[in-house]
Amino acid sequence: MENSENKPVKKMMLILSKATIENVYACFILANGARMEGIESEIFFTFFGLEAVQKKKLNHLHVATVGNPAMHIPTMLGGLPGMEALATKMMKSEMEKLDIPPVGEFLEMLSASGTKLWACKLAMDMFKIKEEDLIEDIDGVLTVGGFYERAQGDGTHLLFI
Amino acid sequence: MAEKLIAGIQVDCNEQGYLTNPEQWNKEIGLEIAAEENISMTDKHWELIDYLRKQYKDEVALTVRKVGKSGVVDIKEFYNLFPNGPLKTASKIAGIPKPVSCI
Repeated sequence: MENSENKPVKKMMLILSKATIENVYACFILANGARMEGIESEIFFTFFGLEAVQKKKLNHLHVATVGNPAMHIPTMLGGLPGMEALATKMMKSEMEKLDIPPVGEFLEMLSASGTKLWACKLAMDMFKIKEEDLIEDIDGVLTVGGFYERAQGDGTHLLFI
Repeated sequence: MAEKLIAGIQVDCNEQGYLTNPEQWNKEIGLEIAAEENISMTDKHWELIDYLRKQYKDEVALTVRKVGKSGVVDIKEFYNLFPNGPLKTASKIAGIPKPVSCI
């Protein structure tokens, strides 16, 4: 269906800057969905997004229950101990029903699908994270410039999450 | 609903070329769709096509994750067999409807 007016998306460059599970999943589903359509995809993990690729942290990400109006619970209740864990547990069980994998398995899936996974150098330095703290499937550590360089070409789109 | 002549057989399909009646499918049709998609079919490809058709028959909603756990191929092999959108392409060749999954 390619013609002179329709310019198909060829590559998705996603930037994940947050570690709340809804943002992490949004990013992963977009990256995986791109590969399923034959579109290239790459993820740049920066700032809190780096939590999603740290071996010790990736299985302990939470839903934000405070300051999230879509939770439909009063903000003060959202701040009670255990609320985040409860909301996260409920969300994970709903996701499993839709065949959405846990974060660790999702990362393996993305890597196997050809999605490139990059860690942000500046954020690594800032949070004092070492390469050995990251999952094996990380393709490397990049500067912003390095990431933009990879975005070259017609039909590339960048998305900040 | 469109009709299309594939491998000498008139089949029902949607505007993207997915068969809408999987009963009309046979291997020659699969082979011709595969050629259109630039896929040279090997035994492994056919094994996967059989798996997909069986899952469809059993009314299982297909996802890449499920295929990866099928025991037929892992996800990497799946992408190697059908590089340009594996679940979509394989479903098309298998003569089953276009998958609606995002996973």
